[in-house]
Amino acid sequence: MPVAEHDLEFLSTIVAERTGNVISSHQAYLVESRLAPVAKEAGLSDIRALVKELQRSRTSPVHDRVAEAMTINETSFFRDPSLFDAISAHVIPDLIDARQSQRSLRIWCAACSSGQEPYTLAILLRTRFPELGNWDVKITATDYSREILSKAESGSYSQFEVGRGLPAAMLVLNFDRVGMNWVVKPEIRKQIEFCELNLLTPFPFYQPFDLILLRNVLIYFDPGKKVDILTSAHRTLASDGYLFLGGGESLVSLETPFERQVLDRTVGYRPLYPSETKHD
Amino acid sequence: MHCLIVDDSRAMRRILRTIVQRLGYETVEAENGRIGVERLHETSDVGLALVDWNMPEMNGLEFVQAVRSEDRYQNVKLVMVTSETDPSRMVRALMSGADEFAMKPFTEQILVDKLKLIGALPDGACC
Repeated sequence: MPVAEHDLEFLSTIVAERTGNVISSHQAYLVESRLAPVAKEAGLSDIRALVKELQRSRTSPVHDRVAEAMTINETSFFRDPSLFDAISAHVIPDLIDARQSQRSLRIWCAACSSGQEPYTLAILLRTRFPELGNWDVKITATDYSREILSKAESGSYSQFEVGRGLPAAMLVLNFDRVGMNWVVKPEIRKQIEFCELNLLTPFPFYQPFDLILLRNVLIYFDPGKKVDILTSAHRTLASDGYLFLGGGESLVSLETPFERQVLDRTVGYRPLYPSETKHD
Repeated sequence: MHCLIVDDSRAMRRILRTIVQRLGYETVEAENGRIGVERLHETSDVGLALVDWNMPEMNGLEFVQAVRSEDRYQNVKLVMVTSETDPSRMVRALMSGADEFAMKPFTEQILVDKLKLIGALPDGACC
């Protein structure tokens, strides 16, 4: 049974209050799949009963369970540490060598959601590669949802959100405490340009990117559209650039202009050119 | 391997005990920093300490400084589990030798993530 609109509104409010996460209307399906187990665990028959319990007591421990369930698997800082280890150990050093004359790096987070991924990259570059301080480094962060981009652009995160994945030392160095939230420092925010983008429309970029993160978004598309998106990404990736997908995603069985490359405990993709295109 | 839980709230000690025992730690507890140091001396294999900040007699920061002043405890992982979120005080605790912070209120997953970050999950821990 679909979740009633007024119940969805109520759940969105309490999740936003507790975690800062916005549940947009197109994520309604998440509510059903994530909160049904919470209801069951609390001995309640369904989500309607769960909402009633939440309304009955503002201090019920079920509030925390609901907030947690709606946050799990959403993006978090340093989500998939092996990816950021590989970027730090291989990709950035390689690009620094290759771009010595231009002294510029362009990075695209193609489905940035609430912003943790581009901020993670900016924090990583600032912390581990101080030599990039006088380079022109630009991170472009796009998402389909205007609503979620506003949240990303604000750079403001609840304690629950910064609690996951982000080491305390990185938190205190890169965020300011503002009221109950933690806000990314302005010098980091200004490195990132946020804009709305539907991956199925032509990409509005003129300069190639050196690194593209296209993570946990292709799963929402059928194989034909996946190939279309990857072909467009190929056109906008530098010939020696890197592409990364989500941990559970691969190009197996898709004909795409990319070659798989293992980097320690993660997998990246390098662009191929027409004569080289092959099945991965 | 033991986890030392130092907190003046019995309820918080119970919550933390439940979480870390599930991960495979044995636990030993203290209600303030001074008793925490005593427990550390009495227990041979403490690998992790979860420490509140505001406690009577010896607070969490003083506990961290006391532990780090002894060579034999340099490898004990110290996590501040606290509602203290003033960045300058957090920096002070990190500079004194705390490995991580779990800010209250926290979820079990947040604490587990923090332990994972600092390599303090016992081998085979299920999370």
